[in-house]
Amino acid sequence: MHDAVPTRYSLATLHVLKDNGRCFRAGAMRGNRTPRSSCDDRWGMAGLTHAETQQTDLIACPKCDALYHEVTPDDDDRAICSRCGTTLFAPRQGSMLTVFAYALTVLVLLFAAVWFPFISIDKSGLHNTSSIFDVALSFSSAAMVPLTIAVGGMILFLPALRVMLILYVLAPLLADKPPLPQAALSFRLSEQLRPWAMVEIFILGVAVALVKVHSLAHVTPGPAFWMFVVLALIATMQDRAACSLSIWKALERR
Amino acid sequence: MTETAKSRGLIACTTCARVWPLGQDHCGRCGAALIDRDQRGLQAVWAWWLAGLLCYIPANIYPMLRTKTLFSYDESTIVAGAAELADHGSYGVAAIIIIASIVIPVGKFIAIAYLALNLRDRRRLSQHRRHQLYEVVDFIGRWSMVDVFVVAILSSLIQLQDVASINPGPAAMTFALSVILTMLSAQSFDSRMIWDREDQA
Repeated sequence: MHDAVPTRYSLATLHVLKDNGRCFRAGAMRGNRTPRSSCDDRWGMAGLTHAETQQTDLIACPKCDALYHEVTPDDDDRAICSRCGTTLFAPRQGSMLTVFAYALTVLVLLFAAVWFPFISIDKSGLHNTSSIFDVALSFSSAAMVPLTIAVGGMILFLPALRVMLILYVLAPLLADKPPLPQAALSFRLSEQLRPWAMVEIFILGVAVALVKVHSLAHVTPGPAFWMFVVLALIATMQDRAACSLSIWKALERR
Repeated sequence: MTETAKSRGLIACTTCARVWPLGQDHCGRCGAALIDRDQRGLQAVWAWWLAGLLCYIPANIYPMLRTKTLFSYDESTIVAGAAELADHGSYGVAAIIIIASIVIPVGKFIAIAYLALNLRDRRRLSQHRRHQLYEVVDFIGRWSMVDVFVVAILSSLIQLQDVASINPGPAAMTFALSVILTMLSAQSFDSRMIWDREDQA
């Protein structure tokens, strides 16, 4: 009966992408990991029991569901799904500290940028200065209030919330302490908020607006504008440095 | 045939990649809901898609910007605003607005509908191509918000009493809604469904 059941070895193998761009297949099972002898029997039609999945080293690609044995790639390599190419695992020495530092920088810049003038405009003796709050509140007529909330969220509130959640999750891990309460929920939330924090898109919007206005009046970008440019850049670097599987595993370990 | 979590009677967490026995409803590692794509299907995708489309129509008919100067009052829609920029020689910026506000949203409606319909239809584009299409749609959709931010910046900045003032028009609201709704539509599309058919074929 068990002949029809695929053995543990027939799983596809993860691709580990070397930094030089060459690709090779990492053995799904490394020599030092011997499968349990009763393993084949346990791959019954009913799948695994709860207790068994607790112990497995199985991961599935979140984008295409291909199943793998988890293989830890060398530093500077990353494990990608051999079917759809999604990066599954890219642990880096010290990456948590890097992400923490970036997140802290973003938070400081966000708070600072609020207090400085963002853009000012001069036209025939008249002058107007906008702060980030003014931009967020520009849709403040009654019918537009939901839009004010959305814009304020996308450029200020959600980016700030995201980095605060990341700091909250990573701080105890870096200090070798057990995670703070609700750390898993916090990290999950910060991952879900990723597409809704739109600082870099906002910067593009500012660039377009400046071009639109410059024929009409004299515009000067203020300190807050440059802070936003820098923080958009750092937020992008932070996302690139973060390997979410590594963080999940770290949260699980403690 | 590739082994998948589903083919082994498991369910994978899309947040942290851990696998669990089918039937479990929450991931034991990260706490995310484990969603069985066969049960949820495409209803959410189509619901958000349709709502987004309904918002996109008024977004193009009503004015996005209301510009008032000493001698004139002007209302411009998305397309008219871009045309005006091109008239002034700012072709690059006009192109950004056209791409972000017309090409991306329209392309997105078509792409999501194509992906959702071709789960049953199959052939024409390989699974790899369709997966790439999905990744592009998921990545690029949020950039449409750029025009809403332009309107927000202009209407907060250009408030020079009687000389010149710019205020948002109703299209700013419906356009932003359309972008948000289509983002939700793309997010609720489970890309694993693209690959499920391989296993059945």
